Amino acid sequence: MKFTLSWLKDHLETDASLDQIVETLTMIGLEVEDVDDRSAFQPFTIAKVLTAERHPDADKLQVLSVDTGNGKPLQVVCGAPNARAGMIGAFAGPGTYVPGIDVTLGVGNIRGVESFGMMCSERELEMSEDHDGVIDLPEDAPIGTPFADYAGLNDPVIEIGITPNRPDALGVSGIAKDLAAAGLGSVKTAAVTKVSGEGACPVSVDLGAEGAAEFCPAFGLQLVRGVKNGPSPKWMQQRLKAIGLRPISALVDITNYVTFDRGRPLHVFDADKVKGNLAVRRASDKEEFLALDGKTYTLTANHFVIADDNGAESLAGVMGGEESGCSDDTVNVLVESALWDPLTIARTGRDLGIITDARYRFERGVDPSFMEDGLALGTQLVIDLCGGTASEASITGTVPKPDLLIEFPVSETKRLTGIDVSSKESADILTRLGFGVEGSGDVLTVSVPGNRPDVHGKADLVEEVMRIYGINNIEPQPLPAMGAVGQKILTTGQSRTRNTRRTLAARGMSEAVLYSFIPKNHAEAFGGGQEELSLFNPIAADMSDMRPSLLPSLLAAAKRNVDRGIGDLAIFEVSHVYQGAEPSDQIRTASGIRRGAHKLEGSGRHWSGATEQVGVFDAKEDTLAVLAACGMDPSKVQIESGGPEWFHPGRSGTLKLGPKVVLGTFGEFHPMTLELMDVAGPLCGFEINLEAIPAPRKKANRSKGAVTMSALQAVRRDFAFVMDKTADATTLLRAASGADKKLITDVKVFDLFEGPSLGEDKKSVAIEVTIQPMDKSLTDEEIDAITAKIVANVEKSTGGVLRG
Amino acid sequence: MSDIDSLEKSILADIESAADENALEAVRVGAIGKKGSISEQMKTLGKMSAEERQTMGPLLNGLKTKITDAINVRKDVLKRAGIEARLASERVDVTLPVRQNPLEAGRIHPISQVMDEITAIFADMGFTVAEGPDIETDYYNFTALNFPEGHPAREMHDTFFFNEDEKGERRVLRTHTSPVQIRTMENQKPPIRIVIPGKTYRQDSDATHSAMFHQLEGLVIDEKANIANLKWTLLEFCKTFFEVDNIDMRFRPSFFPFTEPRLEVDIQCDRSGSEVKFGEGEDWMEILGSGMVHPNVLRNAGLDPDVYQGFAWGIGIDRIAMLKYGMPDLRPFFEADQRWIDHYGFRPLDMPTLFGGLSG
Repeated sequence: MKFTLSWLKDHLETDASLDQIVETLTMIGLEVEDVDDRSAFQPFTIAKVLTAERHPDADKLQVLSVDTGNGKPLQVVCGAPNARAGMIGAFAGPGTYVPGIDVTLGVGNIRGVESFGMMCSERELEMSEDHDGVIDLPEDAPIGTPFADYAGLNDPVIEIGITPNRPDALGVSGIAKDLAAAGLGSVKTAAVTKVSGEGACPVSVDLGAEGAAEFCPAFGLQLVRGVKNGPSPKWMQQRLKAIGLRPISALVDITNYVTFDRGRPLHVFDADKVKGNLAVRRASDKEEFLALDGKTYTLTANHFVIADDNGAESLAGVMGGEESGCSDDTVNVLVESALWDPLTIARTGRDLGIITDARYRFERGVDPSFMEDGLALGTQLVIDLCGGTASEASITGTVPKPDLLIEFPVSETKRLTGIDVSSKESADILTRLGFGVEGSGDVLTVSVPGNRPDVHGKADLVEEVMRIYGINNIEPQPLPAMGAVGQKILTTGQSRTRNTRRTLAARGMSEAVLYSFIPKNHAEAFGGGQEELSLFNPIAADMSDMRPSLLPSLLAAAKRNVDRGIGDLAIFEVSHVYQGAEPSDQIRTASGIRRGAHKLEGSGRHWSGATEQVGVFDAKEDTLAVLAACGMDPSKVQIESGGPEWFHPGRSGTLKLGPKVVLGTFGEFHPMTLELMDVAGPLCGFEINLEAIPAPRKKANRSKGAVTMSALQAVRRDFAFVMDKTADATTLLRAASGADKKLITDVKVFDLFEGPSLGEDKKSVAIEVTIQPMDKSLTDEEIDAITAKIVANVEKSTGGVLRG
Repeated sequence: MSDIDSLEKSILADIESAADENALEAVRVGAIGKKGSISEQMKTLGKMSAEERQTMGPLLNGLKTKITDAINVRKDVLKRAGIEARLASERVDVTLPVRQNPLEAGRIHPISQVMDEITAIFADMGFTVAEGPDIETDYYNFTALNFPEGHPAREMHDTFFFNEDEKGERRVLRTHTSPVQIRTMENQKPPIRIVIPGKTYRQDSDATHSAMFHQLEGLVIDEKANIANLKWTLLEFCKTFFEVDNIDMRFRPSFFPFTEPRLEVDIQCDRSGSEVKFGEGEDWMEILGSGMVHPNVLRNAGLDPDVYQGFAWGIGIDRIAMLKYGMPDLRPFFEADQRWIDHYGFRPLDMPTLFGGLSG
């Protein structure tokens, strides 16, 4: 919402400075977004062209001698076709910033002739788009005086952001009322007097159609006969231009002016183009409507029109129609001031993509009690500016009377804000804001005026009192402490998220935060893409589906880095994946990928020997590190070969707890996955469902229990087993340690050998078994018995035989 | 006599000239070994007369001791020389670069770091951390929060919608973290003090807006919490978060459907340089929205607004991260460009605490 200072002062008697007004507006909730004090226009002066001669070296240029009212005439080179001796215009001297062309002038030299400034066009002064010639002023324009004062460019323009709850401030008069309530002067908005018309308005309005009475509670119409339309007066044009509106004609400008002056949109029909009477009705489906913006809109039955015998003449409350619009030839004009249902207006505007000043106000709420005054004001302005004689006003329907009464205990202000505002002061503030106040004790009875549809209850009145009393008057008060010492505040899931992030970062990986939505084909490739997780209105086609896995996002990020020449990469993300639309389908997940040679020990080439390329075991290490960070003993997890389809089937694994619970997967990526993601390997990755990890058991105390440290030396024995390539190491390790659960404390794989000497499909796995005697040394026979059991166990469970 | 003297001289000269331990051993064997020159002389003692023996015995024994000592001394010298020579040959160029420490290579994203900073501050004020789903129903995202159906305030949210489900309803990507207010109040009796960090989504994209961003919601519900407490809480938070001794804040009326009264908050800053400085200067920067929880919201969550009251606020996590750590553009936050994260990320063990300082 924009307005000028002089416009405000039409409604507000005040001595306050512009700065005070601006500061107060912001502090009462009408946030000032911009103030243009228009000082930029001050350097332009009214000057007279004394002589104009052809430039010696250019056909289209003239050399002017310009009297700026400052003594010696200045030489100015000018290309404007209308520049001529005797013409008066707006002059800018060297050093002047010209806003319309964004240039600060210097002394120019144009084809060998010096130029000490320029005569300006309207576009150069941002007054209009006109650039056909320079400004040509009447003969009586005072030479040597500031052009801004003459042209009304000296009136500061204030722009405020209006929150949706403040339709009352969508007119200058409402803003003045708020400022006056805040103590910045007094309201002097002129009262509206009824226009005494002659004869009834000959056009009637029918609200009998289905839904019309709900949509349009009241409709005011008044005919003015014998008008002469033309440009509106200079003062009105200047104000409209200052707030960014293009003056069109007096009749149209009047409706815009009242819209901004009083927050009351009006419409004018050329009465001679209206056939028969008017009716408010639903549009028929696919009804076409040619609007004032020159566009044709296709309507539905959700939209209401004002129609005559020719059809729709106005998209009610949103935009008028081209067919019945006023032109310079208009002689008889119908002025409309009506009330429309805000929700329907909002929906119509949204459906059709029409944003107008009328829609903006009607959808936020226009004061019903000003409907008739608005009609009178509009009609009076038509008579004042265009002449003619008015009919009587016709009001169809009933203007609703504001009837909301709120019992307001003044102590509510103290309860909600901490400030004590007396009953009297509360009543004063509310009265100044236009509320009706009854009573004077602890509880006031407050009636809400029609221009404040946002006020519904006690809390709303507290806000009114608070903002006018002054929020600065509220002293901060500490929140009472909850306890002497802070408690643990993170949930298990939150702690896991945090620990996982720090753990993976400590493993040399960089944390990424990536969009929750990804391209559909990526989602589908990772088990997602279902309809319920597809966005109806994605911001871009490749941000359409909620991700079922973090891996596609990470792979896409890897590709972007590779494209920038960063080939060795280790990145991770801890976030949510979406398996469905329910809250429980949103799963806290950790994922990471490594590419190139970005292993734990560092990446890339190094003088001590280049790092190998990453592989499935790097991903496995990361996976187990995360489990450990989340309080899970990795040795309790079953690791099975194979994983989801986006991994290499022979180089991936699945971590399970029991047959059903899958904690996560890891592996090198499948070549087809990498092809789809358009990124080359080597690339490995993992994904862990942080919610599948069992919650830590609640313990009575934090004791770690006693430690057992045997005084006896451990015995170590090495074994090598030849077994099928497909047999897994986990089974072997479990079989070996199962030989004596008490005494065998560790089993390590220390060698792996495959070669033709063993046979195509065989491998040799060598293990070191640690046997820890606890209370007595073991005899050779006892040790032999254990080793024999190890061999037997392994043979039984894996088919492996001791290598000779 | 002169024989022994010359023998001594010759052996001592041999010891001195022995270049390594092997040569020295040869000298030792040649002198005091079984068949050494001194040993041979000592063998002649038995054939000597008692007088001769009395003279020669001590002389030869003395010679042997002297030689033995000299050999030991020489041996020590040679050992040291040997070690020195070996060490000299073992020299390496210690200026060669070592492998990067993974703890130095890894990085925590600024959003995670700032969330930890925020958590540290609010934990100290007795808040816990609540969370909620990104995919919300219209009810939790709007209706329960007092956004009337069709109200322009809904449109201001640039909401992402999902396709209609079988009931013709559309879920939304939450446009703010405020739905978690309702979810929390539905499940927890006051007093409530929570902060809600999380992802939020709006159809908006430029240097300071992203279709996905992060918000921190705060909610305090009890029987007394008021705007004076709200002011204090936000003042203390901003002071601690921006790590300045004092900061001026400006509270002014605004509009959020789920609060009443409601306040927008600006903080004092100095924008004259290339980076924003807080706690000084004469500019105001809009930083968060807040207010008293609207009576309708309390009712929607099953609380009596005449008994319970409290305040809420919402602040952009990405935004305060940008302000504190000087990132000019929001979009790279979500691009995982290694160069960006190397520069703006945090080391894994830089854990924000109040006792250690938020940023160290």
